[in-house]
Amino acid sequence: MSDLNAQAVAKYRTNFLKEVEERVEEGEWVKMCMQCGVCSGSCPLGPFWAHPPQEIFMMIRAGRRDEVLTSDSMWMCTSCYNCIVRCPRKLPITHIMHGLANYAHRLGLAPKNQPTRVFATMFWNNLIKTGRVNELKLSLGLYFKDGFKQGIQNALNMQKTGLGLMKAKRLNPFELFSGHGCKDRKGIAAMLKKAREIEASRKHFAN
Amino acid sequence: MTEIVATNQTILVVGGGISGMTAALEAAECGKQVVLVEKEASLGGRVSQLYRYFPKLCHPTCGLEINLRRLKSNPRIRVLTLAEVTGLTGKAGDYTATVRVSPRYVNENCTACGACGEAVSSEVANTFNYSLNKTKAAYLPHAMAFPQRYVLDPSIIGTPEADKAKAACKYDAVDLTMQEETLSLKVGAVVWATGWKPYDANRIQPYGYDRFANVITSVEFERLADPHGPTGGKLLRPSDGKEAKNIAFIQCAGSRDENHLRHCSRICCMASLKQTNYVREKGGEDARSTVYYIDIRAIDRFEDFYQKVLADPQVKFVKSKVAKIVEDAKTGDVVLHGVDTEGYHRYANAHDLCVLAVGMEPSVKGMDIPAEIIADSSGFLEINSATAGVFGAGCATNALDVNRAVQGATAAALRAIQVVNRVARAEG
Repeated sequence: MSDLNAQAVAKYRTNFLKEVEERVEEGEWVKMCMQCGVCSGSCPLGPFWAHPPQEIFMMIRAGRRDEVLTSDSMWMCTSCYNCIVRCPRKLPITHIMHGLANYAHRLGLAPKNQPTRVFATMFWNNLIKTGRVNELKLSLGLYFKDGFKQGIQNALNMQKTGLGLMKAKRLNPFELFSGHGCKDRKGIAAMLKKAREIEASRKHFAN
Repeated sequence: MTEIVATNQTILVVGGGISGMTAALEAAECGKQVVLVEKEASLGGRVSQLYRYFPKLCHPTCGLEINLRRLKSNPRIRVLTLAEVTGLTGKAGDYTATVRVSPRYVNENCTACGACGEAVSSEVANTFNYSLNKTKAAYLPHAMAFPQRYVLDPSIIGTPEADKAKAACKYDAVDLTMQEETLSLKVGAVVWATGWKPYDANRIQPYGYDRFANVITSVEFERLADPHGPTGGKLLRPSDGKEAKNIAFIQCAGSRDENHLRHCSRICCMASLKQTNYVREKGGEDARSTVYYIDIRAIDRFEDFYQKVLADPQVKFVKSKVAKIVEDAKTGDVVLHGVDTEGYHRYANAHDLCVLAVGMEPSVKGMDIPAEIIADSSGFLEINSATAGVFGAGCATNALDVNRAVQGATAAALRAIQVVNRVARAEG
């Protein structure tokens, strides 16, 4: 159990709804759900979710903490916003799903090899280095996420596309060595640091 | 010119539905002078368009008949039809109301013999049946219309059709020279009973009311069930006229929804439960109703009505707000998609016909109400105690069933009577 998770369990004990309200982005909306089910029925990826949003909200209220935070359901959200548009109580469901995913990730409870999580982590780490996404490193990183052999296979499969991009000057192989960043790297780093501080204090992570 | 005697001891009632009629009758039976203004050609309002009432499942025509008898025997009520209040100025005990009266083109000589209706051939949408069918352009609004007088649709005025209607009339009742009039009335108090309108189902995009013939509204379903309706009381679906045997009811179609009507319309649960009785009554043992609901709100003493429907093996309940409707192009059936709340099962259920239990929207919403009236966030009227000479009644004030609308109308009449009594005392 990560320190952060242990601390959260100690702090909130059985009151998972309160934990979500305080620590998850837009989590204070969860109690407003009236269980009509329109979000679940409107989700284009709904059939592939273990627990549709409506069920997740009910699970939160029922205190089923582990089941919710280790679930891969909220990682299935593609931000199409159909649920937000149709929710009769205007719950920001998409944002709550991302908030839950982020929180589970932060506590170290999110499913390890969930592809969305892997990609999002990779994207973020790539981005914060220079303040600019290095697309070549990002896509290569993604090719090799399931091991070296699979990585080579993926790269070979994508060879044609890669060469095409290079021809069209949409891909520069030298980006692999250094890559260009934004003008004010230090500024970006300072900004992110401040943002983390604000988030930590707002979401009760400070102590 | 229409002659009306009105003083600042007169009570003006706006709207001639069940609430307005009740308020007018209660005030008049207390000895007050009343002017009752109705924008349609006949009194009765939306209640007269219902097939049956809940919970006793009796016919609204019965209550309407009682009220009309009271009305006819009371000389203190002056009824103006095809009339709308367009302005109201002054203060409690001293209002001036402007009323615009549209021409009916038929005068008091009319005996409702129907000769003009037979003479004309052009047809107009029958709004009494929510435009589900057509009626002749010279028509009686409905069988129990009060006044029992025909109306000529303005679209035929100035055409040979109107002349045909005039020629057919033996009683010299058709008057093609009638003009719109504007009246100015002195009144002491006003009861605003303009009622409700069904929420515009076209705006609930995922349900496809605008695209699928077999998605209809609950008020249209009332007309299908009524023997005086467009199908003679048979539950025939619009796409192919096939008898609908497997009918879905979607609750909260527009109500309890921040994107549409934020209030609970209160009557729709009971209305759909009532309508499952129509399905059984018309369709027999093999007819099926399925009610899709968020939660059933069978208000107070109607819980036993709900329990009775719940025990009916021909009625199924699915706890889920339907996410979307898709039409099966081949059969015309409607397929309802969603996820239920009792187990989170994904469903795609085909039905012959889908009835949207549309919410109640106050008729006054978005209207420029010519008085200092406060409206709540849904547009329903609230009493403004600072200027209390105008009182809301019935569904203009809240989403109400007939019972509660009538209670509220009686209360409004009492408040209006108090105002004109004050005027009477002051004038000695």
